[in-house]
Amino acid sequence: MDLNKKFTPETWPDHPERATLEAKNKFVGFWLFLGGETILFATLFATYVALKNSGPSGFGFSTQELYELPLVFVMTMLLLTSSLTSVFAMYHLRNYNFKKMQLWLAITAFLGLGFLMLEVYEFSHYVGLGFTYGNSAFSSAFFTLVGTHGFHVAVGLVWVTLLIFRNAKRGLNLYNATKYYTFSLYWHFIDVVWVFIFTVVYLMGVVG
Amino acid sequence: MSSVAQKKGFGATLWDWLTTVDHKKIGILYFLGGGFFFVLGGIEAMMIRWQLHIPNNDFVSAGLFNDLITMHGTTMIFLAAMPILFGFMNAIVPLQIGARDVAFPFINSLGFWMFFFGGLFLNISWLYGEVPDAGWTSYASLSLASQGHGVDFYAIGLQIAGGGTLMAGINFLVTIINMRAPGMTYMRMPLFTWTTFVASAMILFAFPPLTVGLFFLTFDRMFGGNFFNHTMGGNTIIWEHIFWIFGHPEVYILILPAFGIFSEIFSIFSRKRLFGYPSMVFATVLIGFLGFMVWAHHMFTVGLGPTANAIFAVATMAIAVPTGVKIFNWLLTMWGGSIKITTPMLYALGFIPSFVMGGVTGVMQGAAPLDYQLHDSYFIVAHFHYVIVGGVVLAILAATHLYWPKMFGTMLNETLGKVTFWFFFIGFHMTFLIQHWLGFWGMPRRVWTYMDGQGWNLANLISTIGAFMMAIGVIVLVINAIMTSVKNVKVANDPWGDGRTLEWAIESPPIYYNFHATPLVRGLDTVWIEKMEGNESGLTPAEPIKDIHMPNGSIIPLLMSFGLFIAGFGAMFRTEESWGLPVLIFGLLWTFVSMAARSLQDDTGYYIKKDEILRDLKRKGGQN
Repeated sequence: MDLNKKFTPETWPDHPERATLEAKNKFVGFWLFLGGETILFATLFATYVALKNSGPSGFGFSTQELYELPLVFVMTMLLLTSSLTSVFAMYHLRNYNFKKMQLWLAITAFLGLGFLMLEVYEFSHYVGLGFTYGNSAFSSAFFTLVGTHGFHVAVGLVWVTLLIFRNAKRGLNLYNATKYYTFSLYWHFIDVVWVFIFTVVYLMGVVG
Repeated sequence: MSSVAQKKGFGATLWDWLTTVDHKKIGILYFLGGGFFFVLGGIEAMMIRWQLHIPNNDFVSAGLFNDLITMHGTTMIFLAAMPILFGFMNAIVPLQIGARDVAFPFINSLGFWMFFFGGLFLNISWLYGEVPDAGWTSYASLSLASQGHGVDFYAIGLQIAGGGTLMAGINFLVTIINMRAPGMTYMRMPLFTWTTFVASAMILFAFPPLTVGLFFLTFDRMFGGNFFNHTMGGNTIIWEHIFWIFGHPEVYILILPAFGIFSEIFSIFSRKRLFGYPSMVFATVLIGFLGFMVWAHHMFTVGLGPTANAIFAVATMAIAVPTGVKIFNWLLTMWGGSIKITTPMLYALGFIPSFVMGGVTGVMQGAAPLDYQLHDSYFIVAHFHYVIVGGVVLAILAATHLYWPKMFGTMLNETLGKVTFWFFFIGFHMTFLIQHWLGFWGMPRRVWTYMDGQGWNLANLISTIGAFMMAIGVIVLVINAIMTSVKNVKVANDPWGDGRTLEWAIESPPIYYNFHATPLVRGLDTVWIEKMEGNESGLTPAEPIKDIHMPNGSIIPLLMSFGLFIAGFGAMFRTEESWGLPVLIFGLLWTFVSMAARSLQDDTGYYIKKDEILRDLKRKGGQN
């Protein structure tokens, strides 16, 4: 593949993310990978539901008292918005508008970083209350489920940051278009998982 | 890179193998790596049987016996059976679908090295002196109570190897979805390709639960987690569910490719199209689906209640239906065929009664009330060895003989091959048939010795003799392999003379870009069709000869896997040694930096020029 081939918005393919065989392979492979990730999170969810509120005798924590919805609501808004901004970025990817794509991805990363910082605050708040990782089965299951999601957000942030800086000078080609696109798939996936966490962990924890 | 044979020094050859991304070479690496662990697991099995050949034996201690059964099971399933099957998949499936390589050659290499370092990590426990001893299922109460680092080796080693398996699964899925030659529709794919496809899909959905389960175990043992610790509110049954949600599909991941291999063999050596091809495909997919619906039949005695037990009992027995369809299709493939009894065909013939017996005892255990009687007895040991050895290992041995010429360019000796078969086959039935009765007579599994006077002596002795006969069979196979490799008599494209699918229409071993021109597939068993129509080469090109795009080799997969290997030791010694945490971080960083290096270097491969391909063709004096 010729990395130096120059495109114009007219010659740029409709689906740059899967314009070559290698790109098609990555595209399909990444969807399959997300299928495996779904099962991974499903297992974590099942374990969390089985162990929630469960601790040693005299255990003092429950979902009702622990979680605070306002904070989680702000986190949810940040992450959902970042998903929207990544859609804008992909819109500009399709239109071969590199600068605007980079800008929207930077905004995406910024929102993701905000989410992650709030999550770190939330976790340290719980630890401050004595709700540590080793405190109970409930705390282990909670931190592992939500922490695995947070870890995915962190990986996504490193990924998109490297993409933005690596390609800043050379612009779009059919090689890195796939990389940008799979990142956006990944980011949407993280968002969907968070919707489930918000529902199953926080809403059902406080209300249910 | 030139295709002209050059004499290379040892260092260059070694570097070539360490950095290869060629599916055929990775296939051989998987085969050799899996073969090495197969021998290790076999030695463990021999020690187990020697310990049990007489009552009150003290050949090994009770603790060492636990190490042996744990490592035998873990090694054979994760490090021998699966990698060897991956070896055949790598070597054969891209050829069968007319592809030049797998979809992700780099990830293919990464998958191999992660398996290799994971297996190495697990087995270093023998050198360290603290070996996994909670059984291959590593049930949580037992594995949490296990002293020393044994179970840590299990959790981290399998984590690394399991990651490699997941990558291999995704790779084969994408390869089969995207890389088929023109005309190779789904319903024209050879059965080995189909079973690889379904087994890979099962890997994709079965391995993430294992990953999670092993993380829970790691966290509980090394990082203060409480998933399985009931005094802290945990629940030990969660491990059993997670393990078997992985573990039951796993046995189908092993047996489906075995079915595929036997389907090829029956068809080739009956010189007849596979009977009921569409129903074979349907049965394969159905087995893959039902494989996920039956995990709790391993847990009938846990006490999930009569409703759960009844549902899982019925689902379990339902699997016998598509499997039965397959058995009848194989029999009907032979019916009216012009049968040639070669070594692979002998294995295929031996497989049918052996596997049916394993299947029947499986249905017996599927009946939940009866399972209460059989649970944790030698009957279980007999059953799963009948399906794994009678199915998977017979398939591996059959495929070793069948595909040896395609992988190594020379034939294994047929006489020695048949000697191997008879030793292995008779030894196998001697070892495990009698164990059904041992189970009925009350001998529990996983006991390190037994008292005299319970009527178990003779049966155990027979079983041990059988096990050593199997070992003799394997030794004969190794001698066979060495002997024929030294002689190295070159063979033609189709040494069996009756090949039906694309891999038999190209050289043995194939040139590194497989096909000079991508072939056109005109039906199921396309090479057979071409030959029947008088096309000697068996191939019709789908396109003119043109430049071929190829991937570059890379050392990075090895480096990435090695980083995880180092990080594993750091995680294990984190709490007791001051160097633990730094080593953990260093290992992970090493992997991350290797990964980033790969990402930044923009490796888009290279082109083989048309002229060079034409030169290769000319030198061979023919087309393809």
